[in-house]
Amino acid sequence: MNASLALRADAAGAAAPAPAAGARPHVTIRGLSKRFDNAVIYDKFDLDIPRGELISVFGPNGCGKSTLINMIAGLIPVDGGQILFDGQTIDEIKFGYVFQNYREALFPWLRAFDNIAYPLKMMQVSPAERRARTEKLVAHLGIKLDLKLYPYQMSGGQQQLVSIMRALVVEPEILFLDEPFSALDYEMTLFMREQLQRLFMETGTTTVLVSHDLEEAVYLADRVLLLSRHPARIADFTPVPSPRPRTDATLSEPAFVHTKAHCLEVFQREVRRA
Amino acid sequence: MRSARLQAFLPVVGVIALVAFWSLVTWRQWVDPVLLPSPALAFKAFWQGMNGGVLGFDFVKTVYRTAASIAIAAVIAIPLGIFLGSSEKLYRSLEFVIDFFRSTPASAMFPLFLVLFGVGDETKISVAAFGAMLVILFNVAYGVMNARKTRLLAAKVMGASRLRVLFDVMLLESLPQTFVGLRNGVSLALVIIVVAEMFIGSQDGLGHSVFEAQQLFEMPQMYAAIFAAGALGYGLNLLFLLVERRFVHWAGK
Repeated sequence: MNASLALRADAAGAAAPAPAAGARPHVTIRGLSKRFDNAVIYDKFDLDIPRGELISVFGPNGCGKSTLINMIAGLIPVDGGQILFDGQTIDEIKFGYVFQNYREALFPWLRAFDNIAYPLKMMQVSPAERRARTEKLVAHLGIKLDLKLYPYQMSGGQQQLVSIMRALVVEPEILFLDEPFSALDYEMTLFMREQLQRLFMETGTTTVLVSHDLEEAVYLADRVLLLSRHPARIADFTPVPSPRPRTDATLSEPAFVHTKAHCLEVFQREVRRA
Repeated sequence: MRSARLQAFLPVVGVIALVAFWSLVTWRQWVDPVLLPSPALAFKAFWQGMNGGVLGFDFVKTVYRTAASIAIAAVIAIPLGIFLGSSEKLYRSLEFVIDFFRSTPASAMFPLFLVLFGVGDETKISVAAFGAMLVILFNVAYGVMNARKTRLLAAKVMGASRLRVLFDVMLLESLPQTFVGLRNGVSLALVIIVVAEMFIGSQDGLGHSVFEAQQLFEMPQMYAAIFAAGALGYGLNLLFLLVERRFVHWAGK
C-alpha cells in the first residue's frame, strides 16, 4: 500500500507545482492499532506525512479522523504501532494543537496575550522573552486583534485565532487542528480559512487538519487524506494541485473542481461500502 | 430614558410597600401596639442602638464571630477541597461522610462542642466554622472535579505538569464554585452564630440582643436587632458577590 501511495505521489508530483516527492517524510506511522470497546478503529495502519505540507483528513462520520490526530499528537494512547517525527517521539518535539471548542480550550482568566504566551511559560522561558516572542509572532502574522481583551470579550473567530496563535508561538514542528472552524458561523469560517492559509504560507509548518467540510478540506490542503469506515484504511491520499494563494476564484477552476469531484467520489464509495 | 430611570427605582417599591403596610397596621391598631411598634419607633431604636448604643457593640461582636468562623472554614476547606477534588476516587470514598455531616444540622453539634471548648467564643465560632467548612469543601471539590476536560487537555498538550495543571487550571476553574460555597457558608455561619448567641450563655452579639429585648419586652429594640442581623446577612452576601465579580470576572461567560 505504501509503495503504491509513494508512486501516486510521484506521479502527481510531476504535475503539481509544489511536490514533496523524494523528500524524507516528516511523520511516519507504522502498524497503528486502536480499538474502543469492541470497535476496531485502526488495525495495522501505515501513513507517511510529507514535510511542510498541509494535510486535510476527511472521511465518513465516526471513521476516526479526530482519533487519528489525537493519537499522533499523543492526546490519547495507541494500542499498538509507532508514530515518529523524524525518528523522534511526540514528547521530544514541539507541536501545536488547536481544539474545535475554543471556548473551553482557552483560559478565560488570562488575557488573550497571556493565553498565547502560556506555552512558553511551560517551556520555562523568562517573562521578558515570553513577551518579546509573543509580540514578534503577533507582528509577524499581522493580525489586528486587541490582545488585552479576555477571551470571553472576543468573537468566536477571534478566540479561535488566539488559539491558533497559542499553538504557533512555540514555533512548532507540526501543527494539529481538529475541526477548528466547525463552531463558527459561515462568514467567520470563510475568513478563518484565509487566515489559516496565510499562516501556513508564512510559516510552512507541517499541518494536519481534520475537517468535516469537503470543500474546506480540499481548499486548504496540499493533500487530502481520505479515510474509509473503520477499521480505517487510506481510501486515497489525493494531492491538490491548485497553486497558492488560493482564492474564491480557485473554487471554480477546473483543476480544483476535478480534485473535489474525485474526493467526493472516493468518499461516496467508502460510505456505500458499509 | 424615562423607563431606565423607573427601572432603578423598582427595588425600592417593595420596601416602600412593606413600610406603608406596616404603618397602616400600627396606625389602625390591627395588632397590639406592644407586639408591633410603629416603623418610626423601631427605626429610632435601630438608629440609637447602632449610633454608639449597645446594638452597635453587639453587631460588631457578631461580625467578628462570623468573620472568624468563615476564615477558619475557608483556610481549612479550600486546600482540602482542591486536594480531594483532584482525585475523583479519593472524593468518592469520602463523599458519604462529607454529605452526612453536611446534612446534619450544625446546631445538633452544640453540646459536643460545648464539652470540647466550654461556653466561650470558641464553641460558637467552631460550630459555625464546622458547618461552613463542609459547605465550602463540597463546593470546592466539585468545582475542581468539574473542570473542563478540554482545558485540562489543552494545558497538558502545552506541556504542563500535573502540579501545573492543578494550580494553573483546576484551581482557577474551581473559583466560581468556590465562591458559591463561600456565600452559602457565610450565610450558614451567621445563622449558627446568631442561634448560639441566643442560647449558649452569651453576654453579647445580635442573637443575645434579640433574645434579651424579647425577655425585657422591649419590642422596638427587638425589631432593631432583627434588622441589624438582616442587614448583616445581606451585606455579607453582597460583599462576597462584589469580591467574586472582581476576582472571578469570567464566571458565567
